[in-house]
Amino acid sequence: MNFGNHGGSCGHSCCLRIQGMSVKIGNQQILKDINLHMHCGELIALIGPNGAGKSTLLKSILGQQEYEGSISFAVPGQRNRKLKIGYVPQSPAFDPGDPVTVADLFACCMSKRPAFMGLSNKMREQVLECLSRVHEEALIDKRVGVLSGGELQRVLLALALEPMPNILILDEPLSGVDVEGMESLMDMLDEIRRTYDLSILMTTHDFAMLPEYADNVVLINHEIVCEGKPLEVLSSPQFREVFHRKGGVR
Amino acid sequence: MNIWYTICDAIPLDMLQWDFMKNALLAILIMSPLFGLMSTMIVTGRMSFFSDALGHSAFTGIAIGCMCGIAAPTWVAVIFSVVFSLLFSFIRSRSNHAADTLIGVFSSTAVALGIFIATLGGDSFTKYNRYLIGDILSVTGSEIGMLALVLVGVFVFWILSSNRLTLTAIHPQLASSRGIPTGLTQTIFTVSIAVVVTLSISWVGLMILNSLLILPGASARNVAKNLRQYHVFSVLFALVAGITGLCLSYFLGASAGAAISLVLALVFAITFLFRKAGR
Repeated sequence: MNFGNHGGSCGHSCCLRIQGMSVKIGNQQILKDINLHMHCGELIALIGPNGAGKSTLLKSILGQQEYEGSISFAVPGQRNRKLKIGYVPQSPAFDPGDPVTVADLFACCMSKRPAFMGLSNKMREQVLECLSRVHEEALIDKRVGVLSGGELQRVLLALALEPMPNILILDEPLSGVDVEGMESLMDMLDEIRRTYDLSILMTTHDFAMLPEYADNVVLINHEIVCEGKPLEVLSSPQFREVFHRKGGVR
Repeated sequence: MNIWYTICDAIPLDMLQWDFMKNALLAILIMSPLFGLMSTMIVTGRMSFFSDALGHSAFTGIAIGCMCGIAAPTWVAVIFSVVFSLLFSFIRSRSNHAADTLIGVFSSTAVALGIFIATLGGDSFTKYNRYLIGDILSVTGSEIGMLALVLVGVFVFWILSSNRLTLTAIHPQLASSRGIPTGLTQTIFTVSIAVVVTLSISWVGLMILNSLLILPGASARNVAKNLRQYHVFSVLFALVAGITGLCLSYFLGASAGAAISLVLALVFAITFLFRKAGR
């Protein structure tokens, strides 16, 4: 059993390499023999029905889930450096009544000074700089619980980009976001990966955006059913098999 | 204590001519910020029911201490409460029951065990009444010193851990992804609540203690716009209610703990109305 085995390398500027990975919780086989390579600057979309093991795969990469097999990382030109992962969790429901502002949230994550003592000017400038990466500086004093789905995703994205990661992992970033917001969020992800040369791995149930934004799509249903270019996967018989017969397509 | 007595003597108030009132006022000035501070995290972390259960376990600890013939059963209660909170955290992490179900199981077991031990062999329950209702007027100078130490300890813990505690309370998954050991953070916090609750039980009383741990934070949450205001209001409400409640109990001859709780309830009602009017 492994619990976040970070290390190893592969050629061709590979950032993430998953080999023969399986996850079993109790008697239930959640993931079986997953093999996945991710290269720098790539955007890979993980798709699959509910309960297919997408979130479990992300948790395994994050080191929050035990697994068998190997997950290794490499940062090109930075041998033995620890890979930084930025993570935007699924359904980040914050209570609207909690008196926690966007600035407080950043301070809790980034500052050693207790957030309840208020933000120093330096920290406030740092938070504004982080928010500027997602063009949302105006949200700094808003409470996190009252943000719209799209605003919250962008704020969490800004948080995941500090410190600047090598891989950005997003769990269902498009859920709870309206169509306009989805396009704007995907444009932003595209801009971020080009600007900062990041690799992005995201799970989603919204397939319409994939041909335009994803480099590769991986269809999983406890194991990898199909992978390739977005149009290849979306028009494959395996895709129809998994979604049209079982349902689950939005 | 002499400095405090001198300060009190300089204040022209009838109630401060008595040493027990001077002690009680100082204890309240120390305990209120303590409760105010912890209240913010108990409310944010949805642990109100849990802190209530800890009060019950403290009572059981005291009953065990008395049964063993220990002169200071409070320390037995502290150990029992800490074990209780650790056991609860352990079972919760390995159970698929909802947290409130498990709290119900632990709480009712603790109360039943406490009453069973207290009445074992036909003993009278009357001697335990002080732990149910509490008596702030009985606090002694050395006990106030211990409370001050606890306040300093909790404040240092808050300075070092409040960011991690807040993040764990509002979004455990996000906290975990930022490298925060959420399980350990929560466990340390529950142990600290256990210690504070148990040490305060004989002065505040089991019946009222939980309202002091919840109402300041709940009231502050009605009106605060950020974390700083949340903490400032919570501590302020606890202090104002503590002093007002003590004065009320002196003039009306009622239990101080109950009077403080009622003032806090009034503060909650006012802040709730203010919240509704302000949004």
